[in-house]
Amino acid sequence: MIWVNQIVQGVLLGGYYAVLACGLSLMFGVMRIINLAHGGLAVLGAFFVFVLSKHGLSPWVACAVVLPAMGVAGWALQRGILERSLRAGPLTPLLATFGLLIVLENLLFERFGADERSLFPYIGTLGYDSWTISSDIIAAKLYVLIFVVAVVLLGGLHLFLARTPLGRSMRATAEDRDTAELVGVNSRAVYGVAAAIALSTAALAGAFLGMRSSFGPYSGSQELLFAFEAVVIGGLGSLWGTLAGGIVLGVSQNVGAQLDPQWFLLAGHVVFLAVLMTRVLLVGLGARGGIRIALGRQA
Amino acid sequence: MNQRNAISVGRWTRLSAISTGCALALVVALAFVPVALSANTTDRLTTLFIYVILAAMWNALAGYAGLASVGQQAFFGLGAYATIRLAQQGVNVYAALVLGALLAGAVAVPMSMLMLRLRGGEFAIGMWVVAEVCFGLVILDKSVGGLTGTSLIALNKYNADDQRAYNYWMALGAAVVLLVLLFVLLRSRTGASLQAIRDDEEAAASVGVRVLAGKGVIFVLAGVGCAMAGSLWLATSITFQPKSYFGVEWTAYMIFMALAGGLGTFEGPIIGAIVFFVIQEQFGDSGVWYLVGLGAAAVGFALLLPQGLWGAVEGRFGIQLFPVGYRLRGLDSTATRAPSETYAES
Repeated sequence: MIWVNQIVQGVLLGGYYAVLACGLSLMFGVMRIINLAHGGLAVLGAFFVFVLSKHGLSPWVACAVVLPAMGVAGWALQRGILERSLRAGPLTPLLATFGLLIVLENLLFERFGADERSLFPYIGTLGYDSWTISSDIIAAKLYVLIFVVAVVLLGGLHLFLARTPLGRSMRATAEDRDTAELVGVNSRAVYGVAAAIALSTAALAGAFLGMRSSFGPYSGSQELLFAFEAVVIGGLGSLWGTLAGGIVLGVSQNVGAQLDPQWFLLAGHVVFLAVLMTRVLLVGLGARGGIRIALGRQA
Repeated sequence: MNQRNAISVGRWTRLSAISTGCALALVVALAFVPVALSANTTDRLTTLFIYVILAAMWNALAGYAGLASVGQQAFFGLGAYATIRLAQQGVNVYAALVLGALLAGAVAVPMSMLMLRLRGGEFAIGMWVVAEVCFGLVILDKSVGGLTGTSLIALNKYNADDQRAYNYWMALGAAVVLLVLLFVLLRSRTGASLQAIRDDEEAAASVGVRVLAGKGVIFVLAGVGCAMAGSLWLATSITFQPKSYFGVEWTAYMIFMALAGGLGTFEGPIIGAIVFFVIQEQFGDSGVWYLVGLGAAAVGFALLLPQGLWGAVEGRFGIQLFPVGYRLRGLDSTATRAPSETYAES
């Protein structure tokens, strides 16, 4: 039963990874940008929520303030930095977002110091409450809540992409920017919206990180790696795949940790590489272009 | 007819012949630094050479083979780790630096079989994960002290001055050998095919370029180079702390140097390494604000000078100091080809 519990915990952890990763996935899928600052931006969001909570706001109310603000920041980031760097070539955004990450991390360090912070004290009993399913399986209410939010968020994004005109424009831009523009899509606006969604969801993930555990100015990189792993396992650009990828990652980490605490991180990485390897083998060694088919984007 | 006769395709120009000659003279002169200049200068130049290696290797991957890796710290760390383990087995410590780098580079061979089948973003992130796996495995090894790390004690049998000079010569030698290897490789058929792969993999494959083999060569070379940089870094800092060797910031520095200098140019990364080195020398003491400034500089380069310092010079004046590509001679200056364009040998 201990294993069942680990799997349950892993699935719930996967929900958090999905929230963290969906913005990354969207940005990569639509703009082809590998945003190295995504984790740092999540931590920035967490710090904003933390500061507001310290001033007496409930973290949930704080989120209602911070999320739209980060969305605006995302739009500005796209207009001010990403758009320009993207014009210079596919690798330049890597440098730009890396620079942004370093600036963010160190400004946060300058302002808040190296202490680990947590939102745990501000969410009342939610941090402790849990449902006991059986003697071995205990589901923390907070973790379940995060998982539910993840499903709702991804469902909402899915509906947005599938049903709304803007969502359709976004998918068209992801497929082929130039052609989309030919038929009247304003790709600048689309990119701005994608970046806004990415930063809002990153801030939400940051808040969840703060409630689940703790964060410091330099926590972003580790979180970023998890997010990337979830995105790649699930298939680049696929939203539900991101949730699946997050769950696979969360379960492997928890099962690995049950074997040996040192294996929490390693197990996740190994499973990630195993998934990639299987995919390569499945499409047949040497079959050119096969990988791309296996990873066919659905946005 | 007359005009056609006047046109020829060539590599060397007078400028590039002179500059290559100057570079050789400079290397010879640099070899005398440990005996001629202060200990401090020697140490600093050793650091600079390590940066040059790192920048040139990342540029070789991303600028010439289109392989943007976020995981080159894997080799940096493995090079240092292999050196420690070899030295513990009683291998002479300076031999261990080279052997360790070669061993760590050898890991790149099996790794390339999987990783090079990944494209773009997947390759970039996949390499980062590979680096984390290497880190995770190295800290499981009790003989290097797990997370706490250990030191390269074997260096103690050399006195401080000898250590400094040997480290310097090793770093200079490694930088020169790796740059020359890269230069020769890029001028060969492989170099031309690599750039074809970078520009369009499918098209290159369709005209008969062996994509995986071409990428593999550069991937292994970059692996050896980054591992050598790691083992040299170990020789200069003596302590081996896995977390700092396998840190993703190493790759971030490489990206900065290669892009600030000029990606896809031979000279660019060397200039980028010098820029990075100077920034660090000037502002390294200001702690957090130095890092904020470095980040801001990275953003600045991405926005204002995306082709990098050397890329801008090359684009404007059409200069190539170390000719990797070909150029068309005999046309009037307005029709001069951009020198970075390379044409495959027939």
